[in-house]
Amino acid sequence: MSEREPVTMMDAATRLDYEFTAGVAMSKNLHGYEQGKFIGQRCPKCKKVYVPSRGSCPTDGLPTDEIVELPNTGTVTTYCVVNVPFAGQSIEIPYICGQILLDGANLSFMGLLQEIPIDEVRMGLRVEAVWVPPEELGPTLASVKYFRPNGEPDADYETYKEYL
Amino acid sequence: MADEVIYRSDHVLEYPFVRSVGPVIGAFLTGLRDGRVVGTRGSGGRVIVPPTEYDPETGEETSGVVEVGPEGTVTSWSWVPRPRPKHPLQTPFAWVLVRFDGADTSFLHVLPAAGPDEVSTGMRVRPEFAPEDERVGHVKDISHFVATGGAS
Amino acid sequence: MSQYPALTSGRRPVGVVSFAQYDNVRREDARNEVEMLMPVVTEVFGNIGITKDDVGFICSGSTDYLIGGPFSFVAALDAVGVWPPRAESHVEMDGAWALYEAWVLLQEGEIDAALVYCFGRSSMGDLSEIMAVQLDPYYLAPLWPDPTSLAALQAQALIDAGKATEADFAAVASRSRRSALDNPKAQVAYDRSAEELLAEDYEVAPLRRHALPPLTDGCAAVVLAAGDKAYEWCERPAFITGIDHRIETHSVGARDLTVSPSTRTAGEKAGVGTKKVDVAELHAPYAHQELILAEALGLGDGVSVNPSGGALAANPMMSAGLIRIGESARRIWSGQADRAVAHATSGPCLQQNLVCVLEGV
Repeated sequence: MSEREPVTMMDAATRLDYEFTAGVAMSKNLHGYEQGKFIGQRCPKCKKVYVPSRGSCPTDGLPTDEIVELPNTGTVTTYCVVNVPFAGQSIEIPYICGQILLDGANLSFMGLLQEIPIDEVRMGLRVEAVWVPPEELGPTLASVKYFRPNGEPDADYETYKEYL
Repeated sequence: MADEVIYRSDHVLEYPFVRSVGPVIGAFLTGLRDGRVVGTRGSGGRVIVPPTEYDPETGEETSGVVEVGPEGTVTSWSWVPRPRPKHPLQTPFAWVLVRFDGADTSFLHVLPAAGPDEVSTGMRVRPEFAPEDERVGHVKDISHFVATGGAS
Repeated sequence: MSQYPALTSGRRPVGVVSFAQYDNVRREDARNEVEMLMPVVTEVFGNIGITKDDVGFICSGSTDYLIGGPFSFVAALDAVGVWPPRAESHVEMDGAWALYEAWVLLQEGEIDAALVYCFGRSSMGDLSEIMAVQLDPYYLAPLWPDPTSLAALQAQALIDAGKATEADFAAVASRSRRSALDNPKAQVAYDRSAEELLAEDYEVAPLRRHALPPLTDGCAAVVLAAGDKAYEWCERPAFITGIDHRIETHSVGARDLTVSPSTRTAGEKAGVGTKKVDVAELHAPYAHQELILAEALGLGDGVSVNPSGGALAANPMMSAGLIRIGESARRIWSGQADRAVAHATSGPCLQQNLVCVLEGV
C-alpha cells in the first residue's frame, strides 16, 4: 500500500479556442461604434428598432434588414449602483450602471453613467453618450466612454414604461 | 463596401476545474502515482479497468480493489501520423486499447509508433511510467505504452 | 376518411410534413446562428403555407460548446420569434432527439403540430478538441482523443474481427459520394472508384481521408403534424410508425465496438424488420459505421442506403441526424419510397442511437 495520502483531487483544467464571428447585423452595429454612431435595425412588421440587433426581430422572427442610425441621446429607464468589487472590474467603485433607451429605439442596453452624483441618478434621466477620442474608436461598445446628463427635463414615465 | 465588413474575434473558454475523484477512481489514480495498475470488480466478478463506481454494462455497484497487469494485450488500435497539438505525444503514435492481464475491459492510452505496421491487435505491451517525482495521480502518470516483444 | 399506417410506437399518427436545411458549407463566414436559421425556418413553414402560429410547440437541438457561447440556444429562438410566449424546449443533442421530444408531446394530444429545428457551426472552434470534452473527464478527456482517432479504433476492431476490410470502407465512401452528386445540399460529392480512394494516405489508420465526414456549418428544420392536420398540410405525409432511442456505456474500452446493440434494440422497438424497407438514411459519420448500422438494423440487399450521400456528404453537427429523417420523409412525399428507416447517432463510436421508421399511405 502507498505510504503517501491517497489521491482525492485531479486537475482537470481545460481550454478551448474559438474564432467568434459576429454575423451580419452585429457587424453593422460594431462598425457603427468604429464611426462613433449607434446603428440599429428595424423590423419590417412591428417596426420596432433594435440596437444592438442580432439580425432578427425576436417577436416576429423576421430579418431586420432596414438600417437605422440612432441619435446620441436617450433615457435612463432604470439603474443600479455597483458597490461590490469583482474579478476583471475596470471601473472604480461605487459607480452607476444604467439601462439606456436611445431615442427612437425599442430595446435598451446597459451603459456606464458619469458626471452625476450617485444620489441624483433617477429613472427618466435624460442622457447623452460621450465617445472616446476619434483615434480610439473601435468596433466595440467600449467606444462609448460613458453616458452623462444632457440637461433636458426628465422623460415622462409613460414614454419608457414599456422598456423596464 | 466598408459596412459589409464582418467582425471576428479570438475567443477563449477556460474551465479551470479541479475534480474530486472519489474512492474508486481515486484508487486507480493513487495506483498510477505509485507505479501500479488497479481495477475493481463488477457484475459476475469481472474486473473493470479503468475502474468505475458502477459496472458499465449492468450499472451494479462495483467493489474492491484488484491489482492487474502491469502488462497487457492490445485489443484494438489506431495510428496517428500527424499528432494534434493536445495529443499526449507529438511524434507519430498509436492509440491502443489495452486489456491489462487480469482485466476484462480495456484502457485507452498511447504507444509511440513510426508506422501502422509497428502496432497490432494481440501485441503484448506494458506501461512506461513517468518519473516517480513527476507523478501526481493522473492518467498521464503513464507516459505511454511500449511493446514487450511478446504476443498473446 | 383519412388513412393511417399501423403504428409500432405511440397511438397517434404523427407525420413529417415539411423539411428544410441550410446549404451545408465548410465555413459560414458572414451569418450568425440566428441569421442562418431564419431562412430555414421561413422555408420549412413556407413549404406548406403555415406560420409559427400554426404550431403548438417548438423544440430545438444544439450544443453551446460548438461556438463557445453559453445559452446560444436561447438566442437562436430569435429566428422564430416567440411572442406571444410559446411552448418551447431544447435538447443538447442532435435535432433528431428534439424531434423525439416533440413526437412524445404530440402523442399527448394537447397539440397538433410542432416545429423542430437544430443548428451547429463546426468552424468556430477546433471540433476535434470540442468533441474530446464530451468524454470521460478522468480517463479519456485528459488524453484529448479526437473523434477520428476513436472511430479508427472501431474500424480496426472490425478488420481484426474479419467483418470488413479497408476496401469495404472505401466502397461505402465511393457509393455515398456518388449518390451525393444528386443531392444539391451535399458538401462533398464525387465520382471516384473505391480503388482510387484506397490510394489516399491515412488520416488515422486504418481510416483514410475518404472514410471521414466533412466539417460542416449548417442547420435544419422539420414540421411534425398529427392526424388530419398532417393531411391538411401534406398530400402524402411521412408518418412516424416507430421511433426509439437507446444508449450504451460511454466507456469505449468496455464495449464491443464491432456491433451496435443500442441500434439493434432501437430498431427492434421501432419495428424496422416487420415490413420491407425501401430506403435507409443512416447517420454514419465514418464510412465503416454504415456497415455496423446496416447489420444492427438487419437491412438486406434490396434497401437503398443513404441515397442523399449521408453524413459523408455533409455532417453539420447537431443537424446531420434530423437531416436523415428529412431526407427519408422527402422520398415518401414524392412516392419514391413507401417505407424508410432514418437513424441518428451521438457520442463516440456510435454510443447512442435513434431509429425512426417512416411510412406513407
